Amino acid sequence: MLLREVEYARPATVDEAISLLAGHEGARPLAGGQTLVNVMKQRAASPDVLVDLADLAELREIGFSGGMLEIGAMVTCSQLMSSSEVEVARPILAEVAGTIADVQVRNRGTIGGNVCVSDPTNHFPPLLVALDATFTIRGQAGERTVPAQEFFLGVYMTAVGEGELLTKVNVPASSGAGDGYAGLTIGAHGTYIVNAAATVAGDTARVAIGCVAASPVRATAMEERLASGDFSADAVRAAAEGLGAALDPPSDVHGSADYRRHLAEVSAVRAVLQAAGRRK
Amino acid sequence: MGEPVTSRTVSVEVNGEQIELEVPTRRLLVHFIRDDLGLTGTHVGCDTGNCGACTVHVDGEAVKSCMLLAVQAEGTKISTVEGLAADGELTALQQSFNEHHALQCGYCTPGMLMSATALLARNPRPSEEDVRLAIQGNICRCTGYVNIVEAVVAAGGKA
Repeated sequence: MLLREVEYARPATVDEAISLLAGHEGARPLAGGQTLVNVMKQRAASPDVLVDLADLAELREIGFSGGMLEIGAMVTCSQLMSSSEVEVARPILAEVAGTIADVQVRNRGTIGGNVCVSDPTNHFPPLLVALDATFTIRGQAGERTVPAQEFFLGVYMTAVGEGELLTKVNVPASSGAGDGYAGLTIGAHGTYIVNAAATVAGDTARVAIGCVAASPVRATAMEERLASGDFSADAVRAAAEGLGAALDPPSDVHGSADYRRHLAEVSAVRAVLQAAGRRK
Repeated sequence: MGEPVTSRTVSVEVNGEQIELEVPTRRLLVHFIRDDLGLTGTHVGCDTGNCGACTVHVDGEAVKSCMLLAVQAEGTKISTVEGLAADGELTALQQSFNEHHALQCGYCTPGMLMSATALLARNPRPSEEDVRLAIQGNICRCTGYVNIVEAVVAAGGKA
């Protein structure tokens, strides 16, 4: 397909990328392109300038320091799946990455792209909220770190402002916590209708639901009920009661709002039970 | 600093041959391969990133060439379906596709071959399940996949 004409730059450093983004109106970073190139075909997005991050090697690194897994924004899903750091520190990231789309998309699609698109049906947003991840954003004024719950601002909107670049996603090492992920997709490895992520550390659970609002929703009432420390199937089911009723999800051809409310409870229960079972 | 441009010279290695060509920055890699290089074995199916008919290898990894700009491939090694039997001899996988009648209309075949070749390179003896996962991003509307999966499994260990 013929795309609208677009200017293209390929900076050699992160600083150069940031000055390109800040210095050109309508400039957007280009990561793997697995979403952006397609929406450009549909003219749903029409950036004037693409700033290709391909040469920024520091954004492709996975590091571990101070109990934190530091994942560069350009790390691909395939890289997450084969990383020994991820396998040791937070294997759920590899597990979820492996269910995104297909091999070809995972070879190009990046964690930074997945979160910066902030599509409410994407896999990583609820997971990163449940894992209490933080996001490192760099701009000309310097660097700041934003917690996951303040990162996802709405549909296609994140805390990354104009002239800024997401450089890293930081995920705490599990240190004995168990993680779970559940939901219902349209076809195997397809788009989620509802998804839920949970992490259980000792007696504390964090649960986040995706696809039911513009950004991931914390299931705080369920978390509070689980604080009793009873993670039996009956107790977790009881804790999830009323979770759906508190949500206002969209209706579409794949499921009514009521069906999504039901799925939110079922998915949250499954994610929590899986997480609790994996605690060490 | 490299200022933004709408046309740029791309240097890539395609099927072992070094190519240097100026292209509009909006050109998709699949059109670069088909129209600029004349390698029409790589097909455009859906042009939305779903069907996988445009699958090629970039630095050894299977990617969908309709979801990449040609300029993004700068400095990489690309192989297309034409590169498989470059010496005129079918690969074990291609031979197996022939023996198992793993195609009907043939439109998806180049993409299937490229995805399966990448699989066999990292997993020389894939199970049926491995093959099904590896070609998840490749749609075939004729065969129901059965013969394709059998062909790839049978090619395992023969490469």
